[in-house]
Amino acid sequence: MGVAKYTKDEKDRITDVTLQSGIHVKACYGPEDLERIGFSYEKDLAPPGQYPFTRGIHPEGFRSRAWTTRQYTGFGTPEESNERFKLMISHGQTGLNVAFDLPTQMGYDSDDPMAEGEVGRVGMAIDSLRDFEIAFKDINLEKIGSGLTINAVASIMLAMYQAVAEKYGFDPKKISATPQNDILKEMIGRGSWIFPVEPAVNLIGDTIEYSMNVLPRTNPVSICGYHIRESGATPAQEIGYAILIANAYIDNVLKRGYDVDDFVGRFSFNLNVFGNIWEQVAKFRAARKLWARNLKEKYGVKKDSNMYLRGLFGGGGYGLTKAQPENNIMRGAYYALSAALAGAQTIALCSYDEAYTIPTPHSAIISLRTLQLLMDEIGLRDTVDPLAGSYFIETITKEMEGKIEEEMDKIEKAGGIVQAVATGYVQRLVSQQAYAYEKGLQSGELKKVGLNIYTEGEPMEVELHEYTGESAKKQVEALKQLRRERNDREVTRTLKELETATRAGKNVMPYLVEACKAYATVGEMARVFRNVFGEFEEPGLF
Amino acid sequence: MDTRPIKILVAKPGLDGHDRGAKVVAHALKEAGMEVIYTGLHRTVDQIVRIAIQEDVDVIGLSIMSGAHIPITEKLMKKAREEGIDDRMVVVGGVIPARDIPKLKELGAKGVFPGGTPFSEITSFINENVKKS
Repeated sequence: MGVAKYTKDEKDRITDVTLQSGIHVKACYGPEDLERIGFSYEKDLAPPGQYPFTRGIHPEGFRSRAWTTRQYTGFGTPEESNERFKLMISHGQTGLNVAFDLPTQMGYDSDDPMAEGEVGRVGMAIDSLRDFEIAFKDINLEKIGSGLTINAVASIMLAMYQAVAEKYGFDPKKISATPQNDILKEMIGRGSWIFPVEPAVNLIGDTIEYSMNVLPRTNPVSICGYHIRESGATPAQEIGYAILIANAYIDNVLKRGYDVDDFVGRFSFNLNVFGNIWEQVAKFRAARKLWARNLKEKYGVKKDSNMYLRGLFGGGGYGLTKAQPENNIMRGAYYALSAALAGAQTIALCSYDEAYTIPTPHSAIISLRTLQLLMDEIGLRDTVDPLAGSYFIETITKEMEGKIEEEMDKIEKAGGIVQAVATGYVQRLVSQQAYAYEKGLQSGELKKVGLNIYTEGEPMEVELHEYTGESAKKQVEALKQLRRERNDREVTRTLKELETATRAGKNVMPYLVEACKAYATVGEMARVFRNVFGEFEEPGLF
Repeated sequence: MDTRPIKILVAKPGLDGHDRGAKVVAHALKEAGMEVIYTGLHRTVDQIVRIAIQEDVDVIGLSIMSGAHIPITEKLMKKAREEGIDDRMVVVGGVIPARDIPKLKELGAKGVFPGGTPFSEITSFINENVKKS
C-alpha cells in the first residue's frame, strides 16, 4: 500500500505496518504511548510560533497567512515562459517557480554543441540578461517572489535576477528570489552539477554572503531534501541529509567571519510530500523541531525567527504513475493535504501528466485549483496544527525524530556529508533503496492503484506538451543577434575581472552582476568558472 | 558454447541528470547475471560509443528523461555506424511517450522501455535478443 509495508494474516487483517523510515505503526494509540516515549508538551511541542516550532512557525498558522502556491513553470523561449507566468498569476498564483532548460542549468549557451536538442525543452532557455528582460516583463518583482530552479550556476542567475530587477526600476532590497542553489543534493540526485564539491560549496557561500548585504529579502539557498527523496531516500534520510547539507553551507559562511544569526534566517527548504500521509506529517513536524534544535544547540542561534524551518513542501513526482494518469490528480490532492496539515509555507504540486511530459496549461491549472480548493473550501485554514495532541501523531513525530538522528549519525560516522557525497557513499545508499522500492512495486509487495492493483480500464491518451525545434531556433537566432549588438569590450572586461576575482578567491557576486549587465552570456560566465575550478568527477557507482 | 555473461553499457547521454532509473535498471541487470558498466552522467554520444568500443559491450542502453530521446538516439546510431559497432544492440528507456516508440525503432533501437517497464521484461528481452559472438 503505497510506500509502507503491510503484513496481513489469513483473514486479511493487517498485523503490522512498517513506514518507510522504519517506524512500526500500531493498531491503536493511547496515553500510555505518550508516556512510553517521554512526551512533554513544553519540550516536544510548545505553542505554535514558539521554540522548538514543532507545531509551526506562526502562532495562528494559516489564519494569519495562507500558504503560497507556486507551480513549477517555464519552457521554450523567454517569451513563451513570460506568457505562462502571467497566465498562472492571473489564475491567482502568488509566486513564481521558474524552470530552466538543461543547457542553462549546466552553464551552456543555446548555440553550444552540448545544448543540441535540449534548448527550451524542460524549462526556459536563458542566455543573457536580455532573456530575463523578456521573461520577467510586466511582472512586479517587488510583489511576486521567484523560486529559481538552478543550482550549479545559481550565482550567475541570482546576479542576473538582480540585474533585471534594477533594469526595471525595482529596489534590490525589496525583491525576493529563492534560487535553489543546493549543489550537494544535485550530486546525490538530479545530477545538474558542474564544478567539484569544494568550489561549488564556496559559490553557495558567496551567494549567502552577498545576499546578506545587498539582497536582504532574497532566500539565497533552498536545501532540497526533495530530490534526494525522489532519488530513493526514505523520509528520515531526506530530512537528515537536508539538515547536514544546510550545516555544510552554514560552516562555509561562518569561516568568513559572520555571526550565524546574520544569515541563517534566510535559509529555506524544499521537501517532498509523497508517501504515507501520517509519516509525511510526522516528518515535517519533526523536521521543524530538529532544524531549530540544530541551530540553537550546535550553532548558538539566538533569534527565534532565525530558527524557523521555512519551506516549499510539494511535488511528489515519485509517487505519480504513468498508468491511469488521472489518478495523479487525486494523489496530488492528498499529498498537498499532508503538507497543509503539517503547516507548509509554500506548496506546489506535480501535475498529473508529469510522468509523460512537462505540464500543459490545463494540467498546471488543475494542480493550482487543487491547492486553492484545499485552502478555501475544506477548512484547512481554520486552526493551526490540527493534528497536535493525537496520541498517534505525537508518538510517531517523536519516533521520526529519532530515525532522522540515526541517519545523521551514519553520515557523520562516514566522514560527514561533504565527504560522503564526494566518495559516492550517499548516492549508493540511495540508489540501492530506489531499487528495493521498485522491486517492491513490481512484485506487488507495495501496492499502487492502477499500477499493480485495480489496473482494469482503457489506456488513456494524455495531451502532450509539444516541443518543436522552433523555439530553439528562435533562441539561437536571438543569441546571435545579441552577440552582434552588445559591447564586446565591456563583455571582455567584465569577464576578465570575474576571472581575476575568482582566482583570487573573492566573492564573485558583484563581478557576476557587472558581467550580466554587460550582457555576458551564462555560458561565458560558467566557462570562467570551468576554467578556474575544473569539473566534478562523479564516482561511477550505482 | 559461449558462457560469457552479456555485457551491457548503461549510459546517460546529454545533460539530463535524473539517474534513478538508470541506476535501478543497472541493479536489475546485474542481478539478472549481466555485466553492467554505468557511464555516469552528462556523457556525449561520442564518449558513449568510445566506452562501448573499449569495453566491447553487447548492448548499449540509453536512459533519457528530458524528452530528447529521438535526436539523441539518432545521433548515437549514426556514430555507431561510423565506428562500425552498429551490430551491437541498442535499447532506450526513460520518459518515452508511446507515440515515439515506432520512431525510435525505425531509428534502430531494438527495444524501448518506458518508465515502469517490469525488470523481467527488460532482462528477458535482452537475453533473448543479444546475438552472442
